[in-house]
Amino acid sequence: MADVQAQSVRSVGALESILTGAVAVALTLLTGAVLLLLGGFDPIAAGGAMIGGAFGGWNTFVSITLVRSIPLILTGLAVALAFRAGVWNIGAEGQLYAGAIAAVWVGIRGGALPAPLLVPAVLMSAGVAGALWALVPTLMHLRLGVGEVITTILMNFVGIYLAAYMVHGPLQEARGVFPQTGPIAEAARLPMLLPGSRLHWGFGVALLLAAALAVVVRRTRFGFELRAVGASPEAAAVSGRIDTSRVLLVSFLGSGAIAGLAGGVEISGLTHALYEDLSPGWGYTAIAVALLAGLNPAGVVVTGVLFGALQAGAGAMQRDAGIPAAWVGVVEALVILAVLAIDRIRRRAGALRAAGARGDE
Amino acid sequence: MSQAELVLFLEASVRLGIPLALAALGETISERSGVINIGLEGSIIGGALGGALGALAFESAGLGVVTGAAAGVLAASVFAVFAVWLGADQIITGTAVTIGGLGMTGAIYQARFGVTGTELSLPTLAAVRVPLLADIPIVGSALFDQAPTAYLAYLLAPTLWYFLFHTPYGLELRAVGEAPDAAEAAGVRVLLVRLATTLFGGLLAGIAGAHLALAHAGTFAENMSAGKGFIAIAVVVLGRWNPVLVLLAALFFGAASALQFFLQALGLDLAYQIFLALPYLLTLAALAGWVGRARAPAALALPWESKR
Repeated sequence: MADVQAQSVRSVGALESILTGAVAVALTLLTGAVLLLLGGFDPIAAGGAMIGGAFGGWNTFVSITLVRSIPLILTGLAVALAFRAGVWNIGAEGQLYAGAIAAVWVGIRGGALPAPLLVPAVLMSAGVAGALWALVPTLMHLRLGVGEVITTILMNFVGIYLAAYMVHGPLQEARGVFPQTGPIAEAARLPMLLPGSRLHWGFGVALLLAAALAVVVRRTRFGFELRAVGASPEAAAVSGRIDTSRVLLVSFLGSGAIAGLAGGVEISGLTHALYEDLSPGWGYTAIAVALLAGLNPAGVVVTGVLFGALQAGAGAMQRDAGIPAAWVGVVEALVILAVLAIDRIRRRAGALRAAGARGDE
Repeated sequence: MSQAELVLFLEASVRLGIPLALAALGETISERSGVINIGLEGSIIGGALGGALGALAFESAGLGVVTGAAAGVLAASVFAVFAVWLGADQIITGTAVTIGGLGMTGAIYQARFGVTGTELSLPTLAAVRVPLLADIPIVGSALFDQAPTAYLAYLLAPTLWYFLFHTPYGLELRAVGEAPDAAEAAGVRVLLVRLATTLFGGLLAGIAGAHLALAHAGTFAENMSAGKGFIAIAVVVLGRWNPVLVLLAALFFGAASALQFFLQALGLDLAYQIFLALPYLLTLAALAGWVGRARAPAALALPWESKR
């Protein structure tokens, strides 16, 4: 398969990406409202129910919206890192499951360890498992020239079925009744971030990681190489000063590790056990999260919370306005398409202006 | 495996391989023109729901295939507007169409039939037995006692192969996928070709989806496409962008999926979930083992703008 290049997704400055994001959200709301009207639904009631379900009160916001945003921010960061380097990692979903499986295994078996050792061990094993899950497509890409789009998607299915096997087989809870693992040890659980709420330290982990990635991308030599390879792999290779294979390897495995960490954080912070359908497709939603943020790590925090609110509000929307929860998928698609359209239109306008300045036509 | 079991295994292989073959044949044509449509999954699930609704409305599975095809084209047209006409990135556009297609069909299904999912019972696409051919020992009934959509796949594979490699239109189409600038200079309307191939891919994916709902399940379920669009894209690579090989690759994948029933019947003590993962693992292995020698169309996945 061809090496697919990251031509159309640019990393842009903060102001530009905020502006793009705002316009994209407006476009999404408008298109979504029209589609709802066509379907015979009341878009105002839908919006009201959604906002109520996501932001109605401090505890709703903290315990539902922010908690739901944690895996979205983490997988969003994973996708943003890969896309920056022009690596099409569509495999965050599988990497997340690999991380969750590793986390639950370490969390159950390591029960004798004290929390200050066990929690980091759980999270690190999740990251390593995610990176290993990404290693297969990485090697197939670098060594065999097989494009990573398909291989990462295939690995998603393998990861999901592996998790299903684990919860029905080797890791099933002791009574062997429910399709889930037993609970991880108390010492393997992330502490609460805000007492009295359900917001766990995974949110802190996500914020710290976003800050760290922002620094790496902006301020380090590797960040420079990452941006150069993402902008044009050929130019970066021709320059002779950048080892493009190494940049691809590190960003691909790093992306897998972050997605794996998302699975580990979810286990350690919230569910404390592995379920068959742990993720409602976070690894795919992450693509919308990352794109809406212009692939900026800090922006991913904002868009992750926004999509967390969307998922938190979906239940209320279904209950109060009768709109099926599956509608969330349509909204996610509209966001992605809006970002793409804005990017293309602005670029064409730029090209026209440049042509005008040169006096063509 | 007794002979009766072998026959059952082959029948299941073909039955599971046909929707993949249809979707992959369409994708072969669009990829030959330089368009990789990851949104194929959206066209398949659209075709499944469109087929189900059409079959209910017209009380005819045959007309259901038509409405399913139309729904597949509709999903592909969204992809075409963004990825072909606007020149947006194909991978990201396709991902959006897949997410949106799964969401939209789920929402329509829930709105129409309720969240609890009352089991839909649809008119089904009956198998048509081809006289004489179906009487060939062992493989006969597997290949020639299938739904009519199967025969569409058998006919399309050689037809598309002839079209691609032995007609001037096929040459133009491949030129668009290899060197679009040169094709334009030679007078080929690049965007129009890519638009047509993308919609053709959506049409076949829609039929594949209708086949899932009307020939396999006799019902519609949310997410029933279960990644078949992605598998179809892998099948195109396995078939090296050659329609005849693509059909064979789809049947290979169908056999890999059918194995799960038969290895279990043979008493092999492996967990069910491992069998479900097997086709994906085999596809990965096949890609690793044999893609090195195949070459994708040079302009695949590259957005293109007219230089005029």
